[in-house]
Amino acid sequence: MRAMTSFRYIGAKRRAKEHPRFVSGRGRFVADIALPGMKHVALVASPHASARIVSIKIEKALAAPGVLYVLTGEEFCANTDSLAIGVDAPKVTRFALAKDVVRYAGEWVAAVVADSRALAEDAAERIEVEYEPLPHVIDPEAALKADAPLVHPAHGSNLLYHRTFVWGPVEEAFANAEHKIAFRAVWGRSATVPIETFGVAAQWDAGTGILDIWASIQMPKFPDQVARALRFPGNAVRVHHDVDVGGSYGVKRGLKHAVLVGYLTKTLGVPVRFIEDRLENLRGGDMQGPDRFFDMQLAFDTDGAIRAMKIRAVDDVGAYAGRSPFQLGKPVTAICGPYAIGAIEYEPTSVMTNKTPQEAVRGFGQSPTNFAIERAIDRVARHLGMDSIEVRKRNFIRKDQFPYTIPSGSTYDSGDYHAVLDKTLAAIDYGSLVRARDEVRRSGRLAGIGIASCLEPSGGNSAFEVLMNPKNENTTWMDSCLVRVDLSGAITGVINNSSAGQGHESLVSTVLGEILERDPETIRVVRADSLTALPSNSPVGSRMAIMLGGAAAGAAKTIKETLTAIAAHNFECSPEDLEYHDGSVNVKGASSKKFSWDQLVEIAHRKFHKLPPGLEPGLQAKFVWEVPTGGALPTPEGRIQIYPCYAFEAHVVLVEIDPDTGKPMIRRYVCGHDCGVMINPDIVHGMTYGGIAHGIGAALYEKFAYTEDGQLASGTFMDYLIPSAMEVPALAIVDHCTPSPLTTFGQKGSGEAGYLGAPAAIANAVNDALDPLGASIDALPISHLAIWSAIGARKGAAST
Amino acid sequence: MSETLHAVSVEVNGRPRSARVPARLSLVDWLREDLFLTGTHVGCEHGICGACSVMLDGQPVRACLMYVVQAHGHRVTTVEGLAKPDGSMSVLQDSFCETHGLQCGYCTPGMLIATQALLNSNPDPTEAQIRDAIGGNLCRCTGYQQIVEAVQLAAERMAKEAK
Ligand code: FES
Ligand code: FES
Repeated sequence: MRAMTSFRYIGAKRRAKEHPRFVSGRGRFVADIALPGMKHVALVASPHASARIVSIKIEKALAAPGVLYVLTGEEFCANTDSLAIGVDAPKVTRFALAKDVVRYAGEWVAAVVADSRALAEDAAERIEVEYEPLPHVIDPEAALKADAPLVHPAHGSNLLYHRTFVWGPVEEAFANAEHKIAFRAVWGRSATVPIETFGVAAQWDAGTGILDIWASIQMPKFPDQVARALRFPGNAVRVHHDVDVGGSYGVKRGLKHAVLVGYLTKTLGVPVRFIEDRLENLRGGDMQGPDRFFDMQLAFDTDGAIRAMKIRAVDDVGAYAGRSPFQLGKPVTAICGPYAIGAIEYEPTSVMTNKTPQEAVRGFGQSPTNFAIERAIDRVARHLGMDSIEVRKRNFIRKDQFPYTIPSGSTYDSGDYHAVLDKTLAAIDYGSLVRARDEVRRSGRLAGIGIASCLEPSGGNSAFEVLMNPKNENTTWMDSCLVRVDLSGAITGVINNSSAGQGHESLVSTVLGEILERDPETIRVVRADSLTALPSNSPVGSRMAIMLGGAAAGAAKTIKETLTAIAAHNFECSPEDLEYHDGSVNVKGASSKKFSWDQLVEIAHRKFHKLPPGLEPGLQAKFVWEVPTGGALPTPEGRIQIYPCYAFEAHVVLVEIDPDTGKPMIRRYVCGHDCGVMINPDIVHGMTYGGIAHGIGAALYEKFAYTEDGQLASGTFMDYLIPSAMEVPALAIVDHCTPSPLTTFGQKGSGEAGYLGAPAAIANAVNDALDPLGASIDALPISHLAIWSAIGARKGAAST
Repeated sequence: MSETLHAVSVEVNGRPRSARVPARLSLVDWLREDLFLTGTHVGCEHGICGACSVMLDGQPVRACLMYVVQAHGHRVTTVEGLAKPDGSMSVLQDSFCETHGLQCGYCTPGMLIATQALLNSNPDPTEAQIRDAIGGNLCRCTGYQQIVEAVQLAAERMAKEAK
């Protein structure tokens, strides 16, 4: 598909179709689903990081008011199957309720079902569980040692995945380079933490044999996986996608929640709903994010050219596997960032500890990797005494080099990194920014400028599965759209996912309007349930502008061709002699010889005698699209194309630090962004602003902190600090457009924008501020205390 | 064991409502579960996120930190009560749509309550005052930028309308 040049609706300002229902309080979130006779769940969670369950006494709870049932792991595990394990580790089984042993503090041990959540909570307090504490391990490096306590003894070690990829002449480059550096960058355990916790309501209908599920999900293959764990055929589970999801950004997977609630409604014969409270969400919801350190080595020359890079990444996934190890896989597809580095060694290591399991987080492991690479670029610049902008520009892949294949086998589709960085520097007036920083420094405070230039691989493919698990041959990650034109001539687009604020209804109506030349305001977009849906993979990996946009365009084009064929048949001419205009079809050069939209629609629906032979009556079309560039298995060296499109972002930020308290304040923030053609600029900008705010959190505030005995120390919003409007400054975005040659309109993905570079930029700014003191911090989040301690240590050193 | 019930009368969105409720029933649970006013959301139940914000006699409060019995005799306004009398969107609601001041919509009712209360008392707020007013309302989607823009736009439009 080729990029189009001018558009009628795409790229124009357009209000999101979804907004009116939300501003009027008429959203329909899972906690708003009230089914007649519905019961509610509360959970009993493990207080130990690792323990044997000696006994569970449930009698007092069963006798409590309003209680219907108490479920424990014994019964649950006997009647359901393990959730899917992404990597090849068949013994690392995982169930919603623990049986025999608990593997992290907060793991669910029993579920109480009662008339109300309050009564369920009352009864949960009456359950007595006797534990025998076992040794535990919290530190990932300790977990890799031979004598470490095993999280899953049946697996034989705490190592889930390890491989050393070598792409290109790495050792040779290191031997010949003029300079080398090595350092460790640490990405703290944080996550997206939506304001809506996870929830699920389910109803088993014994008459039809269908389990209906309403859940706040963002999970590919969710219905299949729930059915499999419940030992149901796939067509016994109906997931309703018309539930509004109160934010997700990756984490709302909720498989264990849904299997638990599905089992309860099937067993009890009444509808059941479970809505996590905040502690259940933060501690036992299994939605914490990457927890990773990088041992970085770079080989480079005096002119700043980087010859080779070695990355050892150790990621602590917590107590169970799921899809989280794959978050080490996605970065393979952008392993050298926007830089032309000819040789790369990448050693991903996934390790289990007695912590809450990790889940997918915005960027799927790319933001931590970008942070490590961008810290490395700044360190190279510092080592050489060069400007970090010069180092970046010296190594950027040039505009004329695209499509550009990196050592790990992925081809970048298009980009103009030099132009975007220059535009960003111009927008922030870099010269005056430097003067502003130096002025602050002269006044005795600390200030630093941070730059990050990063990629957003987009188009959500799942080829990291085949890369990291040889038993997995999943090479397609399709998405689809159904378009219907009814007898009145109105257009409806049917999509196959729930949304969490990405504006898919707006996206699809705009695309259908664009192709069919009809006003998007008149186009309705609805959501199929999983039994009526076309194949789809949920809005992950910055894929919907590309994949759902492409599928909607494909279906609309078929409608257009059908209308043209009907006109051609009735004019007894060839479709080439006709032109489509605003929904009507006329003979080229004779605009009055035409069929109107209404006439064509009527023929399609009612006048079979006027339809060309072979055409189905009615007017609808589907389009199922495979990810562009998808479909291949990796080479033996692990070279692979995972994502088709690469968006680029350049962040420039000024941070001031109060030397007495260590408090950082972001004074200026500009982000240059190139995600190709924007279908709805307000939506793209909104996600980018949100991504930056989220990145500010990851850089400075948010951490799932654990005590030495394995307790989560940040289980409330008073300890897990989400940036407010006081911490997030005014943000400015500068757009640039390098269309993708691979997509319908030249669009690329943008759902992870902002978050992919903000942590790196802020870390670089803080380090620039600390540089005059000779201090540096390479571990996120960079707390006030960490900064204050670094300043104090240097001052102390200076005065002795 | 059954809980003692207490009689309460609360004016909700201009309508008198009476009920007999247990002392421990939070205002937000009552609004959502008994009155089916599900526009008010729950994000933390410990007073930090602001998703549950409603107005009590015109002042924004956290409905998760308040018991229904405490609202006895007071006026409560929820997001469902912000529309114009004819049911159309208020200037502020419309401005949120215009500037894309929301994405998932989960924090939005609380944001609308907080900023409507601000505009009621200060029709021409500075950016700093807007940020201060929403400082107790967390949004994970927007980075607050387009929310601030929405409030600025609403203030401008209300000033024009007043002329
Ligand atoms: S739910 Fe009330 S402040 Fe979060
Ligand atoms: S719009 Fe999603 S949390 Fe604010």
